[in-house]
Amino acid sequence: MNPSNAALQVLALVIVSPLISGLIRKLKNNLRLRIGPGIFQPYYDIAKLFSKDENISVTASWIFRAAPYVALGSSVAALCLMPAFLPGVSFSAAGDFLAVIFLLSLGRFFLALAGLDAGSSFGGMGSSREMFLSSFVEPAAVLAIFAVSAAAGTTDPAALSLLGAVRPSSVMACGAFFIVLLAETSRLPVDNQETHLELTMIHEAMVLEYSGPSLALIEIAAHVKQVLFMTIAVNVLISPALAASLWPSLALAGPAFFCVKILLACAAVAAVEVSIAKMRLFRAVDFLLFGGLISAVAFILAVTGH
Amino acid sequence: MNFLKPHYSLLLDPFSLFFLCVILLISSVSAVYAYGYVKDEYSPKKTVLAGLLFTAFMLSMAAVVTTGNALVFLVFWEIMSLVSYFLVVFETEQKRSVNAGAIYIIMTHIGTAFIAAAFVLLYKQAGSFDLVAMKTAALTMPPAAKNLIFVFLFIGFGTKAGVVPLHLWLPYAHPQAPSFVSSVMSGVMIKIAIYGLVRFVFFVLGVNALWWGNLVLFFAALSCLVGVIYALMEHDLKKLLAYHSVENIGIILLGVGASMVFIKLNLPVLAVLALSAGLYHLLNHAVFKSLLFLCAGSVYRSTRLRDMEKMGGLIKLMPWTAAFFLFGALAISAIPPLNGFVSEWLTLQAFFAGAMQCPAVGTKAAMGVYAAVLALTGGLAAACFVKAFGITFLAIPRSEDVKKAREAPFSMKAAMAFLALLTLSLGVFAGPVLGVISKVSAFAAGSCGMLVPRADFSSGVYTITPSLSGPAALSPAFLLLLLVTAAGAGAALVFVLARRRKVTAVPTWGCGYYELDARTEYTSTAFSKPFRLAFSFFLMPYRRTEKINESHYHIKSFRYELYNTYIFKRYLYQFGLKMTLRAARSLKRLQAGSIHLYIAYIFLTVLALMIFSGM
Repeated sequence: MNPSNAALQVLALVIVSPLISGLIRKLKNNLRLRIGPGIFQPYYDIAKLFSKDENISVTASWIFRAAPYVALGSSVAALCLMPAFLPGVSFSAAGDFLAVIFLLSLGRFFLALAGLDAGSSFGGMGSSREMFLSSFVEPAAVLAIFAVSAAAGTTDPAALSLLGAVRPSSVMACGAFFIVLLAETSRLPVDNQETHLELTMIHEAMVLEYSGPSLALIEIAAHVKQVLFMTIAVNVLISPALAASLWPSLALAGPAFFCVKILLACAAVAAVEVSIAKMRLFRAVDFLLFGGLISAVAFILAVTGH
Repeated sequence: MNFLKPHYSLLLDPFSLFFLCVILLISSVSAVYAYGYVKDEYSPKKTVLAGLLFTAFMLSMAAVVTTGNALVFLVFWEIMSLVSYFLVVFETEQKRSVNAGAIYIIMTHIGTAFIAAAFVLLYKQAGSFDLVAMKTAALTMPPAAKNLIFVFLFIGFGTKAGVVPLHLWLPYAHPQAPSFVSSVMSGVMIKIAIYGLVRFVFFVLGVNALWWGNLVLFFAALSCLVGVIYALMEHDLKKLLAYHSVENIGIILLGVGASMVFIKLNLPVLAVLALSAGLYHLLNHAVFKSLLFLCAGSVYRSTRLRDMEKMGGLIKLMPWTAAFFLFGALAISAIPPLNGFVSEWLTLQAFFAGAMQCPAVGTKAAMGVYAAVLALTGGLAAACFVKAFGITFLAIPRSEDVKKAREAPFSMKAAMAFLALLTLSLGVFAGPVLGVISKVSAFAAGSCGMLVPRADFSSGVYTITPSLSGPAALSPAFLLLLLVTAAGAGAALVFVLARRRKVTAVPTWGCGYYELDARTEYTSTAFSKPFRLAFSFFLMPYRRTEKINESHYHIKSFRYELYNTYIFKRYLYQFGLKMTLRAARSLKRLQAGSIHLYIAYIFLTVLALMIFSGM
């Protein structure tokens, strides 16, 4: 592990994370034959939010003020643990693949508390549903992690990123992580980022009371979380070490290869989002259980050596 | 009758000492808390009684874990049960205390009966109640006898530990005691049952068959899920915490059960790892559950409320209690960098290593299933504690009683602060803690006749490295550093970019209505509604509707009440109760009240005795 490389990797990913959201939005609009805002729109949104004044409910306590920082901290810290385009480079001395899941639950816990803090029933509803869905995501995520870790015999993410070959179990695990990605980044069919109808939104309802710089931090945290899950999903399937071994002479092969993979993942997310309708809350549970089933299959394949 | 002159041997091996430390740690903190709690709460005489009972409770638990003789063990076990019964019914003026006590004393004696039966079976073989002699005798015991003894021990100790479906008493008894006692009961007493189980299965019987471990794992997983689902449905704060004890006992037993499986499969390092995970979680649960009960007690003392639906907004009136409760809530939800996270992570690592190294595919798959159950439990527990903290401490007060709340006195705050600090330090300094615990578990696993290599799973003060084949490591301190750095970067960003922005305090957005009050807030029942529906196949919720008539023609209001069907209580226990009552009714015919009949009984008894003695 090289700390400065790892830090640079994290910084680069944090900086491009809003771009990925913008890209998905653009792709979705183009698929629907619309023009849509430019791909840099999320940056403008964040800049706008930083320049705004902030309203905080009189009912809210310090939890409400602290939650955006905790959410950002947990997303970025989780990102630190996973190697992205540099094979084997991450802060893996701090924690392993499983720790990523636990770290993300810290941010979620605080945002859910903040949703209840203002005393609005929208916030409470959002918190309740967010915690509800995430508790069904966790078993799928853990089993998928077990499946991909089985080949390396360890849950250390740096060791995982050095594995070369594609296996049946990693294909299934990638599918499971894709479902986890959709659920954790509040995308269709689980949640809908675009809606502003109070009864259908989950994550947005939870953070409804936020405004100004605090909301900007929450948005950055969400972008970072999205890039983290995309990284996991694409690197599980095709590890960063593969690019390095294909073109050993090119220094930029790794990052370029990673960009291509992320672009494909964006296209996949956009394609899913334009072609599927939002599921009812209890149908979403079935969808997540399906994710769990895929990861269980991946796990069985992995431990039997496939 | 030589067993009546037992050899009062003191047993102070590492395993006993570990439990002795847990008992003394939690009990002494609770005692400090009690000093502030009982003031103005009870009459002087009752205060003295509370002190006496509490001390007796603490000493009896300490005696249970330090005796080397099964009979003495049983005597102190019984003293522990009786004293804790008196503490459960301590507030005798409340009818539900008496009820809870009755359920507790019956259930605990069923458990004791099984333990006693197991001891008698062992005694029959060994001819002594001494643990060493029992162990020697167990080596030559037929497997069938061992199996029977194991099942008896599991039922007996499982009853005390609150393993589903023997958990019935726990959510009644634990909340009903005064909070400083609840904290010791939930934090320590149920762990004594784990001590008993491990002591007699690992040290005396020896793990004899693979299905023993699998049985423990199955009931552990069941306890995890059932405990947390019932906890989610609960809106009595202390009862919610009691159900979480059922869940956490499940997590501890997942470690213990996995260790039994690994011992049988002759994987010594994994056995030590799994048992270490279980014992680490045992210590952690003792700390955070005591903390949570003490906080709940602090809320109860100042508001007289246990029903969360009437609370709210306490974070402003009791800021310290709220902060300490938050520590406990984060720890129990396995959130880094606090202690619960470390032990749940270790348990997952043990399952992962098991899935890697166990030979049979069935065992590998089972390890995956248990890991998934643990993950689901973790997610649900986090949801439950968002509810518990959010509804109790945040938003607007939901009743007048809450508005009068005052912060707890110093001794209570000090006790809670100490435990809150401990949740953090047991997480951050995971290295040395695991180092000690792995020695204890190596000692326990080694007593099963295995050659256990030295493995302390830690490198340095801050890092633990349980993975055997690769470099997977966890350093909660490093994670904390990353978290603080990232959050600090966010703060710096806000400071640089948005320094001049105004922060205005406004009422909560109410879609144009500006007189929102506590009635529009989300409630505990509402928060758990999705869970109730998703688990309705298990909970079988039903509503009772009542019309409140003003006159025959006019309905003034409706009254809805929501209930869950507690299937274990409804189908298992009520069936047992019905059978018992039916048997009692048919036996009643013997007591006809006629003196002639009784003389006939005496005559028949004498006759029977004469015949037997003549034989």
